Formats: sequence, structure tokens, C-alpha cells
Amino acid sequence: MTHEMIMSGFGGQGIMLMGQLMTYAGMIEEKNVSWIPSYGPEMRGGTAYCSVIVSDEPIGAPMVSEPNIVVAMNLPSLHKFEPVIHPGGALIINSSLIDQEAKRTDIKIFKIPANDIADELGNAKVTNMVVLGAIVAATSCIELESVLKAFTKMFAKKPALLEINEKALRRGAEYIQKNC
Amino acid sequence: MAEKVLMKGNEAIGEAAIVAGCRHYFGYPITPQTELTEYMSRRMPKVDGVFLQAESEVAAINMVYGAAGAGARVMTSSSSPGISLKQEGISYIAGAELPCVIVNMMRGGPGLGSIQPAQGDYFQATKGGGHGDYHNIVLAPNSVQELVDITVLSFDLADQYRNPVMILGDGALGQMMEPAEFHSSNTGLVKKPWAAAGMRGRGKPNIINSLYLQPEALEQHNIHLQRKYALIKENEIRYEEIKTEDAELVLVAYGITSRIARSAMERARAEGMKVGMFRPISLWPFPEQQLAKSAENASALLTLELSAGQMIEDVRLSVGNIKPVHFYGRTGGMMPSPQEIYQEIVNIMNGKGGK
Amino acid sequence: MTEKLFARPKSLTDVSTHYCPGCHHGIIHRLIAEVIDELDVQDKTIGVAPVGCSVLCYDYFNFDMIEAAHGRAPATATGVKRVHPDAVVFSYQGDGDLAAIGTAEIVHAAARGEKITTVFVNNAIYGMTGGQMAPTTLVNQVTTTSPYGRNPNFTGMPIKMSEMLATLDGAKYIARVAVNNPVNMIKAKKAIKQAFEIQLNGLGFALVEVLSICPTNWGMSPLEAVEWMEKNMVPYYPLGVFKVPEEVAK
Repeated sequence: MTHEMIMSGFGGQGIMLMGQLMTYAGMIEEKNVSWIPSYGPEMRGGTAYCSVIVSDEPIGAPMVSEPNIVVAMNLPSLHKFEPVIHPGGALIINSSLIDQEAKRTDIKIFKIPANDIADELGNAKVTNMVVLGAIVAATSCIELESVLKAFTKMFAKKPALLEINEKALRRGAEYIQKNC
Repeated sequence: MAEKVLMKGNEAIGEAAIVAGCRHYFGYPITPQTELTEYMSRRMPKVDGVFLQAESEVAAINMVYGAAGAGARVMTSSSSPGISLKQEGISYIAGAELPCVIVNMMRGGPGLGSIQPAQGDYFQATKGGGHGDYHNIVLAPNSVQELVDITVLSFDLADQYRNPVMILGDGALGQMMEPAEFHSSNTGLVKKPWAAAGMRGRGKPNIINSLYLQPEALEQHNIHLQRKYALIKENEIRYEEIKTEDAELVLVAYGITSRIARSAMERARAEGMKVGMFRPISLWPFPEQQLAKSAENASALLTLELSAGQMIEDVRLSVGNIKPVHFYGRTGGMMPSPQEIYQEIVNIMNGKGGK
Repeated sequence: MTEKLFARPKSLTDVSTHYCPGCHHGIIHRLIAEVIDELDVQDKTIGVAPVGCSVLCYDYFNFDMIEAAHGRAPATATGVKRVHPDAVVFSYQGDGDLAAIGTAEIVHAAARGEKITTVFVNNAIYGMTGGQMAPTTLVNQVTTTSPYGRNPNFTGMPIKMSEMLATLDGAKYIARVAVNNPVNMIKAKKAIKQAFEIQLNGLGFALVEVLSICPTNWGMSPLEAVEWMEKNMVPYYPLGVFKVPEEVAK
């Protein structure tokens, strides 16, 4: 099984960290993983994104060009990446910031008001964790517990951050389970 | 066994250098390798090492020259324009036969170029770069784990042959994160009785030098260097072959491009096309005979580079004129997708040629 | 019983130098060697040779030497010193090497307070390549690349390195001396010794500029050259100590 993901939004939404946590979680599950930030002329146009691959097979190109999972955190991201999703793939839309509908009918579409959920939790900074929970629930590409383990490792020096981030992660997953 | 850690390529090189016993780093910031310089500035003080940000790449390589001449395991890193500035120093280091490791995380050129990944420095790295008859050992990893392993190996080879070793990466390899494990150096620190470390009872001064005013003496020095290069050619060829046994078309690619090529190759294999891949890991010495043998039964080769065609010259020299060597390259920081390369494969397999 | 009153310092090798008759490099080499001997540091001294007339000085000094690229001796010396902080490391450089192509390296070595010593030989001309204009060539001085005399309107004024380097915090000792007569030679040796002591005490960067003659490329006899230097160079490049730490000045 190979999950090729693009996580996209604007700078400051925690896109890169979201991708790194996913990658770390995959490594904890002893899968082959890679992460690479958007790094090329395609950076122009207001989207920052990263490619993440979690796979049982050896990974070739780390740059994802035909994703089966796309996360769109803002509108330019939706426009840019909706067309390239592999048929049967999953599109996760941050409906707090995107008021347009996706057009594709051959993919699974999940909408989650990530900013609103983060605000309810009282911390706008955890929006990316809400979305990460949503990806896990929507695609089962990885275990939620692995993401938590990854978080604990990556923020070993700041254990106080775990509680709110774990809450956000679980809320994101629950939202998908209930509403989609 | 060491625990796997998730690291950026640039930082992994830095940690691997420390694992290899490197305690002196001299550098100057340039995108896309600055994370390595920053990593060294954080790590070196913690291992009683020296990190020094030089006033220029020129100064940095000459600090490396001094430190290597004084007997240290030493490294510098930069990206294309900065590596151009270091070339004079690299020639001196090669001439004086000093061991050191130089990292080039290539970006688009010529001139100031771009900050995106490219492979346009192949000629510079493998054919000299600076003045005079010399060679760097040039190694081209294609994953974060290999960046680690090759960094450690580079220090060992540099000491073994008293020769500069260049790690030729690119911006993409430097920026990407993958799991890596760290294993220590094979040879560890070696004694350097030739170093200018102060006589300290030795009785006779050591002189680090590349100047031979007598033509006879300089020719003898060159003959000595060429003998050393011949030995390196004999012993230090490194490469990887994937599914070349039955391949009708052999892809040849190194570094990040080999990762994309591999994806394209798997796609072609899934469609029943007999495509294999040959990946030179040592770019100098180039695995000439190994490539010729690997492509023995193939009817064509396809060289893939992030350049307008540089390694292809070595590919042609390796296989001769008996079979077509096709080329597909992107430049300026553009990266081909696996689909783009797959399409080239299809064109060649259908007899339409490629570029 | 005879007493030996004058002998070759052990920090000099027993070979004849390639320097032209009258050249001051030989004197300056000897002063450095005497200082190294007096400080008893020959065994832990590492010298860095430049590109220029003194490129071969590694053959004349009897301790470990590294021959650096043109202008880069301070960077090379930095690399050496950072590997062997206990060693005595110095660069020996001419005016083309230090004040033209190697300006960045000397300025930043001084700015960093690099614990090295530099002996800077200023003879106002490129010697090795046959008498071209140097950054220190005086106004109206004729060289092979200023055949009508140095014109400051086109090439600016000669650069005063000691004065410039003395402005940097990392530079702890800066002096300009000459070896044109025995009195000045004694002063020059004292300055060189102080510059090495600054390093031994870990105080920072130290440089001694030595005004020197180049009879061959100036087209003069050695005696004429000394006179020319006294009349033309000393007024523009005044001798003296520009900077000295308080504890050393006492």
C-alpha cells in the first residue's frame, strides 16, 4: 500500500509540520516514508505545500505529482491540486476557509471546518492538528496513536503541548467519523 | 543498532560528519544548503568541535586547507556558485594531497541561477573544476540514509587517499526528510605523520605545498597523482543496478533524478516494458566498465539529468557508439515528473526515439 | 676557548636563499627565526607562506610550514590555529598578497581576533612578477604597470594597512617597523617578538608591517634603495606602534 499525499495551504498554517508528523508516524510504523517541501518554481501563486509518502514499498520520487490524498487548507490549494488527485483518492477540504465545492465526482471528498474547531478548543494554532486527525480518520493511512507518539518525540522538550494537540487531533478524527 | 531518526538531508550530512569524527567545519551561508551550516553551528560546540563562519567561500576553503594540512578531519559545504568560488582552493588541496570533504548541494545555474535543485555542476565536479590535472573523488547519494553513509565513507576515503572528496547532492536531497540511522566510521581517525602540526620532537619540518618550480619535479608529482587516481579507479567504483538483467532499455541517472527515474521505471515495468536502471554512485571514478556490462544486452540507454546533458558524455564513453544513448533533462530548477520520464521511455520503446 | 657570538638561528635552515642582493626578506626571516628561538617555540610553530617573492620561505624556516594560495594565508593560518590552539601560527605576506588579493582575509582574521601573528612585508611593489604596481605603490612611483608614475586620479592613494587594521577591535597589536639600519632592526625585532607574545598570551590578532626595499624592481642599488625608502616611504608610512594592549605597553 502506498499513500502519496500533498498537504497544501498558505504559510503559517502549519502545513510543513503536519506533513512531518505524518512522516514521523509512518516511520514509527516501520513504513517507508519521505517528506519534501514544495521546492521549485511551483512555489509561486500563494500556496506552500509538502509531499508526503507513506508506503510499504521502497520510495522512488519523493515529489508527489499524482497524489491519492490531498489536503487543501485554502482556496488556491483546492484549485491547484483538485485536478491532479488520482481517481478514487481522497480530498480533505478546510471548509472554514474554503466556501467553494469541489468539482470532482471520482474522488472521496471530506470537508472539515478546521479553524472553527480549533477556535472552539481555544487555540487557533492547533488547526493543523485538527486536519491531521481528519486525514487519519478519512484515509486510515496510519494509526492515530502513531501520530501521538510522533508528536511526543518531536516535542519531547515541550510536553505541555501534548494535551491540547492530542485533543485537536481526536476532535478532527471524530468530526470525520460523525459527519462524513 | 542505532535508532532511526527523521532528518532533513542537509542536517543528516552534518550529523554524519560528526559521527565520522569531523570536528572542524568552515562554511558560508548559501541556499539551498544553509541548514547544514546552521546545523554545524549548533552541534559543533556540543562536541568540542569548531564551527567557523568564514567571510567568504574562498576563505572557507582556505581554512579547510589549513585545517586539513594541520591534520584535522575537516569539512566545508556550499551550493553551486559558492563551489565555483572554492575551486582554486580545491586545486591546492588536491595538489598538496590533503584529505577533506566538500559538499555541493547543487542549484540551478549558470551565474546566480536559481535556488532550486539542479545537476549542472557534474562537469565541474568530475572533470577538474579548478586548474591542473587532478580529480576529486565524487560521490552522489540519492536518499537521506545514503547521504549519511556516504558522508562517513567520504571522510574515510579522503584520509585513505589523501584526496578531496566531494559529495554531490542537490537542493531536493538537502531539503527532503527521510529516516536515517547513523553508524560510525569504518577506519576511525587515522594517524597523519605528514601533517604540519608543529614538529614536537619530530626533528624534521613537515611542509604542506603544491609548488614545484622545477618542471621535472612537478612532472614526477603529477605522475604520482595519476598513479593514485588509477588506484582509486581500481578500488572505489560504486553503483547500483536495478532490473538490468533483462532490460531492453537501461535508464542512467544519479542523485535525486535516479529516484524519479526509478518511479518511471516501475511504471514501465508494470506495463510490461523491460526497463532497468543503472545508478552511478561514484561519479568520479565513473563506473565505465560496470555500466557497459550492465547495458550489454540492452538495445538502448536513456540518460536522465537535471542538466542540459553532462553525465551523458561519460555514459557514451562507457558504452561506445554501438548503441543509441538517449537523453532527457530538465534545467533551471525544473524537476521532471515520473510521468514525463515514463513518456520518454514509451517513445523510445515504440521506436520513436526520444530527444 | 672561543665563544660563538653570531650563529644561524636554529629556526632557519642551512641553505642560501633565492632573494636578490640587498633584499630585506633575508633580514626579516632572520629576525623571526631569532624570536622563535628566543621564545623557545620552534617545536610548536607552524608558518604559512604566501604567494610572492617569499613563496619559498618554507625552505628557509626550520619548522612546519604550509604554502597558501595567493592572499589566503590568514584564512589558512586560521584553519591551522583552530586545529592546534596551542601552536604558534603566523603568516608571512607581501603587499600584493595581503593588501590586494587577500584584503578580505586579513581584515576578517583581524576582526575575529584570530590568535595568529602576521608579518607583513611592504616594499611598495609586486616583486615576484617583475615590478608591477601594488596597492602600496607610492604616488608617482614608476612600475611596469604604472609606467608614467602612479596617478591617484586613476588608481587612488596607496593603502595604509596598519592604520586601517588598527581600527578593528580584534587586532590587539599593530606596528610598522623598518630594517634599514641597525637601530630599526632592533626595534623591528622587538615588535615581532611582542606580536608573537600577544599570540602566546592568547590576546588576539597581531601584525607587524615591515617596510622593505626592492632594489631589483625599483631599479636601484641596495644603498640607493634604502635612501629612497627613507625619503619616500617612511614619510607616507610612518613607523611606530599603532596599537598595543595596556599590559604589554608597560
